Amino acid sequence: MSPALRAFLRSPAGILGVALLVLVLVAAASADWFFPRDPLSLAGRPLQWPGQNPRLLLGTDNLGRDIAGFICHGARVSLLIGLVATVVAVGLGTLVGAIAGFYGGWVDDALMRVTEAFQTVPNFILLLVLVAVFGSELEVITIAIGLVGWTAPCRLVRAEFMSLRTREYVLAARGLGVRDAGLIFREILPNALPPVIVYASVVMAVAILMESALAFLGLSDPNIASWGNMIGAGRSVLRTEWYVSAIPGVAILVTVLAFSLVGQGLNDALNPRLQAV
Amino acid sequence: MKRVGALALRRLAQSVPVLLIILVGLFLLLQLAPGDTVDALLAQMGGGDAAVAARLRQDYGLDVSVPVQLGRYLVRLLSFDLGMSAIYGKPVASVIFERLSVTALFMSCALAFAFSAGLVLGVVAARRVNGWPDTLISTLGLVFYAIPSFWLGLMLIVLFSVKLAWLPPGGFESIGEGLTGLAHVLDVARHLVLPILSLSLIFLAIYLRLMRASMLEVMTLDFVRTARAKGLSEGHVLRRHVLRNALLPMVTFVGLQFSTMLGGSVVVESVFSLPGLGRLAFESVVQRDLNTLLGIVLVSAVLVIVVNFIVDLLYAKLDPRIVAR
Repeated sequence: MSPALRAFLRSPAGILGVALLVLVLVAAASADWFFPRDPLSLAGRPLQWPGQNPRLLLGTDNLGRDIAGFICHGARVSLLIGLVATVVAVGLGTLVGAIAGFYGGWVDDALMRVTEAFQTVPNFILLLVLVAVFGSELEVITIAIGLVGWTAPCRLVRAEFMSLRTREYVLAARGLGVRDAGLIFREILPNALPPVIVYASVVMAVAILMESALAFLGLSDPNIASWGNMIGAGRSVLRTEWYVSAIPGVAILVTVLAFSLVGQGLNDALNPRLQAV
Repeated sequence: MKRVGALALRRLAQSVPVLLIILVGLFLLLQLAPGDTVDALLAQMGGGDAAVAARLRQDYGLDVSVPVQLGRYLVRLLSFDLGMSAIYGKPVASVIFERLSVTALFMSCALAFAFSAGLVLGVVAARRVNGWPDTLISTLGLVFYAIPSFWLGLMLIVLFSVKLAWLPPGGFESIGEGLTGLAHVLDVARHLVLPILSLSLIFLAIYLRLMRASMLEVMTLDFVRTARAKGLSEGHVLRRHVLRNALLPMVTFVGLQFSTMLGGSVVVESVFSLPGLGRLAFESVVQRDLNTLLGIVLVSAVLVIVVNFIVDLLYAKLDPRIVAR
């Protein structure tokens, strides 16, 4: 067992995070098995409280949808959107950050101004603009969430590249005639990636929160089972049947917490300095 | 004071190209959008022939080349003409201005609460690192960070407005009671308690984690050991030596996080029907009022730049090592 893995397993945050993550993954994987029906379809009389009907474990919402089935199918949607958006954000951020950090000079200046422009416009408002312009299909929303989240990974990669580009092994590779692309992707990038991978869990958590907020406002794809969507639908019966909004919120909380905890565990494992204090 | 001003002004000058990139980016984004203003207008009017469309395009200046349109667009913005709002039938600038004060009050309260509560909790956690208060506070921080603000808002409404009937479930002030003076201030404050809690909890979590880490970092530095060796009391070391240095990353973060907070206000203002900028942004997306939406993007970008300017000034005042180069 590698020391990093052992350190990860010693961090309570990491273990709890992995446990919660497994829970969410099981819910997502078993959705079709336990709840083969369309999660958006009518499952029974609307507004049955959890436990009232043994067939519907978590009850039904105001549209008569089975909440338990909706939660499990929603786990797929959240994980899928979160994962793809994270890949887009981290991929784009890594590419821009690598180029800016490697070349420096005016290239860096220009790219950093663009990064600052993205950081200056509030992410969620930029997301609204993208949705208003390009529509709210699943693909559009996923890519848009990725597009508004690339600046933090970009700055991280840039900082790593700036400190790594003058290391001896890079100079040696350059002396051997390796081209820029080879230096960037094969020499420096593998060494710059660990902090980015840790940070990806934060990007994932933020992406899931953003999608749920969008769905809550009714601006996400209406044809998918999104947790935020059910919270929004439950608003009209909030005074009496508050569980309709409460239950999907717990699902979001657990999922986001799982990714934050995994990130924390990875951080503890790779950066043990603060523990020693 | 002069050097502080010079540094902040230099940073402010750097934000001019950033603003320009945002403007050009928005313009290009609109070019990519399927259909232009005239298509939208014709659809609203229930269709029209090619001649009408051509005349409308001429009226709206859409018949010239893209670079010329971009130039005109920038000139218009420089004179603070943000165009007309399609749903309110008023200039966008005045629609936004009406909503700005609510958001400004809401944001500054939420920021102040998140900052001070995060600071206090972070200091307490760092003082007893790995003890039970630290574990409790750090766990709470992780949970707060994972709670979606809009869901928290709804649950607070259920608890404090529906079940306990302590606080109003939404709005900015009681309508039709004609409250003035202190009564009015208290009324607005009562309306703002729940929105502020919903929006700031996630930022509180960020600040408390940052403050804790920053305190732990500073406490290991040599000058703290020196201060202790001088025989200063622990409280004095903490207040005069550790705190001031540990605050620096917190202050930087206010600037970095302000834009995220402004984005978060969209959802929270919608939950609590606060008539602010965020709710306006949501309404303009639903109603496809792109002029208003873009106006909000611009105003919020300017707000973020102004807040960062203030943060720079504060930072330079706190840290005497910063010198304008």
